[in-house]
Amino acid sequence: MIPLSSYLVVSSVLFATGLIGVLIRRNFIIILMAVEIMLNAANLNLVAFSSYLDSMAGQIVALFIIAVAAGEAAVGLAIIIVVFRGKIATNVDQINLLKW
Amino acid sequence: MVQQLFFYYLAFASVLSAVLTIGLRNPVHCGLALLSLLFHIAGFFILLNAEFIAAVQIIIYAGAILVLYLFVLMLLNLKTEERYLHRRYALWLFFGLLAAGQAFWLLLKSPFAGKPGDVTPEKVTQFGHTQTIGIVIFNEYFLPFEIVGVFLLGAIIGAIVLAKDRPPADQRETSR
Repeated sequence: MIPLSSYLVVSSVLFATGLIGVLIRRNFIIILMAVEIMLNAANLNLVAFSSYLDSMAGQIVALFIIAVAAGEAAVGLAIIIVVFRGKIATNVDQINLLKW
Repeated sequence: MVQQLFFYYLAFASVLSAVLTIGLRNPVHCGLALLSLLFHIAGFFILLNAEFIAAVQIIIYAGAILVLYLFVLMLLNLKTEERYLHRRYALWLFFGLLAAGQAFWLLLKSPFAGKPGDVTPEKVTQFGHTQTIGIVIFNEYFLPFEIVGVFLLGAIIGAIVLAKDRPPADQRETSR
């Protein structure tokens, strides 16, 4: 039987990877993908705990997280399209004005 | 034994595809690495007896969200850039590793215990995972479920309003 701590180690490694991706990449879309990695790590953690503690609560929260990730992807990509259409930038470190 | 082999394969492949997602230069390759990560996470869910979550993961994440990402990538036609990391990436890498180290430290000192619930694996296999999760979601978590529906409606409207093509300034008066 696989111990719960193995799942927690995998999920924390994935979370750390996503966090480092958000911090070091320049491209918008890759940063959103790194956020998706972090959400998946959190989902893995929730489902592992819910399975080992014989409770459904964690899996329900994981479903809600998937729904929130869908909304986040839609709105984030819409913002990216708006920024790109204004010919402003394709990288996050070039966006340094609130209004132009 | 088979379970452990499956677990080690999934752990190795998911960590590798996460590292490739943040490490590859071409954004489309990053999207494909993310697709591989999502499928391997779904494999973890199957290993944890959560078949419904695994199916939702594949249908929504791999089927909808990732297609949206690839669609936007191809719409924007982003070029692979020479300098794909942030200007001061070494500094941010340091802070990221610091935060990761804190997460590991918290993981090592936490006791991982909790009060066990009443949904045992026998019950789940007796009724099926979808039925079990449906009964819980429509009894105890009905209000959050409705709130998520309203949230998704707001996200749809927000995305449409943001991405809608505005007419140029000289035609805006006539079109109104």
